[in-house]
Amino acid sequence: MLRLEARAEPSYLMRWCSPLLAAALTLLAGLAIFWLLDKDPLEGLRYFLVHPVKDLYGVSELLLKATPLMLCAIGLAVGFRANVWNIGAEGQFMLGTVGASGVALYFAESDSALILPAMLAAGAAAGALWAAIPALLRTRFNANEILVSLMLVYVAQLFVSWLVFGPWRDPMGFGFPQTAMFHDAALLPVVLEGTRLHLGFPFGLAVLAAGYVFMNRSYPGFRMRVAGEAADAARYAGFSTRRTVWIGLLAGGAAAGVAGMMEVAGPMGQLTDKVGLGYGFAAIIVAFVGRLHAFGILLASLLMALLFIGGEQAQQYMNLPGSISLVFQGLLLFFLLGSDVFIHHRLRVGRAAA
Amino acid sequence: MTDRRQFLLSASAAALAAALPGSLLAQEATRIGFVYVSPIGDAGWTFQHDLARKELEAALGSKVQTKYVENVAEGADAERVIREFAASGHRIVFATSFGYMNYVERVARQFPQVTFLHATGYKSGKNFGHYNARFYEGRYLTGVIAGRMSKSKVLGYVAAFPIPEVLQGINAFTLGAKSVNPDVEVRVIWVNAWYDPGKEREAAMTLISQGADIVTQHTDSTAVVQAAEERGVHAFGYHSDMSKYGPKAHLTATTHHWGDFYTKTVNEVLAGTWKPAGVWGGFKDDMVRLAPLNPAIPAPVRDEVAALQDKLRTGGFHPFTGPIVDQAGKERLSAGAVMDDVALGKMDFFVQGVASRLPNAR
Repeated sequence: MLRLEARAEPSYLMRWCSPLLAAALTLLAGLAIFWLLDKDPLEGLRYFLVHPVKDLYGVSELLLKATPLMLCAIGLAVGFRANVWNIGAEGQFMLGTVGASGVALYFAESDSALILPAMLAAGAAAGALWAAIPALLRTRFNANEILVSLMLVYVAQLFVSWLVFGPWRDPMGFGFPQTAMFHDAALLPVVLEGTRLHLGFPFGLAVLAAGYVFMNRSYPGFRMRVAGEAADAARYAGFSTRRTVWIGLLAGGAAAGVAGMMEVAGPMGQLTDKVGLGYGFAAIIVAFVGRLHAFGILLASLLMALLFIGGEQAQQYMNLPGSISLVFQGLLLFFLLGSDVFIHHRLRVGRAAA
Repeated sequence: MTDRRQFLLSASAAALAAALPGSLLAQEATRIGFVYVSPIGDAGWTFQHDLARKELEAALGSKVQTKYVENVAEGADAERVIREFAASGHRIVFATSFGYMNYVERVARQFPQVTFLHATGYKSGKNFGHYNARFYEGRYLTGVIAGRMSKSKVLGYVAAFPIPEVLQGINAFTLGAKSVNPDVEVRVIWVNAWYDPGKEREAAMTLISQGADIVTQHTDSTAVVQAAEERGVHAFGYHSDMSKYGPKAHLTATTHHWGDFYTKTVNEVLAGTWKPAGVWGGFKDDMVRLAPLNPAIPAPVRDEVAALQDKLRTGGFHPFTGPIVDQAGKERLSAGAVMDDVALGKMDFFVQGVASRLPNAR
């Protein structure tokens, strides 16, 4: 008989090594997969991990891809730390694209420097508004925020579809589901000449820093953490559960909304019905692989972006199947959760002692 | 940056040339990249493009080397994939879905020596063009078959999104059916997805329950044909010959054939004669065909369809020939007139005979 026994004191060191261990195990499993697919494993890993960052342009693409992931993930982490389970960042992301696009289209004639800040504010507000629905239902009616936030993703998708097929459809676009391309004043400036890396990346780093200060260095952040780790203690200390829920969801919604704004004002340059690319869901993995910590999230978002682009290039150069990126993402989360189990528990052989 | 990479590339090519026997390099293969919007699978839009890629390889042999990336979302990621093809020495890139258009445009500006083509879009430039096929011609023919064979006079149509290409198909199907059977009606269910077998199946089941005895789809899976087989009604496939998914149900299919077009385009680019034009081919160009007809289709109907098909091939017939009246009773095309490509490309109405309403009717 095998059974798991909780460790009295999980090693602090190992808690931080767990993502590294998971990454190493993912690599090993990856080697095995390449070998099983009859591809040279080392070449596979090279295309997966090294080739995407072979030059400055590659690095810029990696940072570009990581930007929405880190933004969504840091917002989610604020809630997750307090056991507020916002699964709907994807929908909040889409609402962010809608808010930003609305500003860009409404002021299409203007080239004021205020357009981008207004788009940013509208994106954040729209994302937060979408997250306010599960917050309200949770605090008022005790409705499960996991279900509500998840279901709202599908509503958001239909809302975006309705907009781009209906009122916001580009009149010159032959009926395709897309808005007009944004004008220059509504596009984020590029920070690295010749690449697509835009102002969103440094902004994302600033948000990560702010997230760190809030979660680790502020009193409201401390209250959130206590609420997450010891709900009874938090209640005893008089910390408001409602406020925890509201802060957790609004932070997640606003951050995802900002990420959405940066996608339409950055590499897309318009709103289409294909705007939901899964960043909001991938960010859940990023948040956990990053240990719900700002610095960890930075690394995890880079790793996820690398796995994604690496999977693309493994296809492009080795004709591997397209699902390879998903397999790697899944492996990473699987090994992380697996490592965590053994860090918090001990495997025992035999019957439980009485 | 680019210069240095070019230099490194040519330097390594030179090193490679020194190391390899001459025969291998007698002719360096032209590299061609394909970007697919969905997984290849074994039927559907991307499957037909991949089939064409293989036909291209078979036709040009060692002159070409093709690579593809499947399941590339029509968002910012597409630009990276397209650019990577261009930057890594591919001379031609086929981006096989509408949503790649704006990304193709941007990359094409950065790589003037590479030729880009995107399917079903409408923009073009010095080194990028677009291509599509007149699927509505096949739809008209299947409509004729449906009009002749339907007993309930209700036809079901599962559709993805109300964009012009889909509306052309639904309207041509309806016009074809009504040309031989003025009483038929076509019911449409929108599934708001290109590929969602669950929803497509559910929509087909609903249509069949509403009395449709022939169903078809403008979505990407085989679910509708399978549903028809299960319920003992008839169906038309789309994109690919889907007869193996419903041997009894499958009457025929409007199938897509890009192989000759790809081969021709590559030859033109290699010869330096390629010009950025919008290509929109139909039966005449062999880009659209009907899959083999099911023996259940009566002989007179087969003859009728064959005659129409010949007319389409010679250009003697256009499915959108007036009078064309929309649902509201408004005449959209006067008697005898033929709809031009601009009007076709902007189609935003249902013809009379479609019983359902457009979702965004304005």
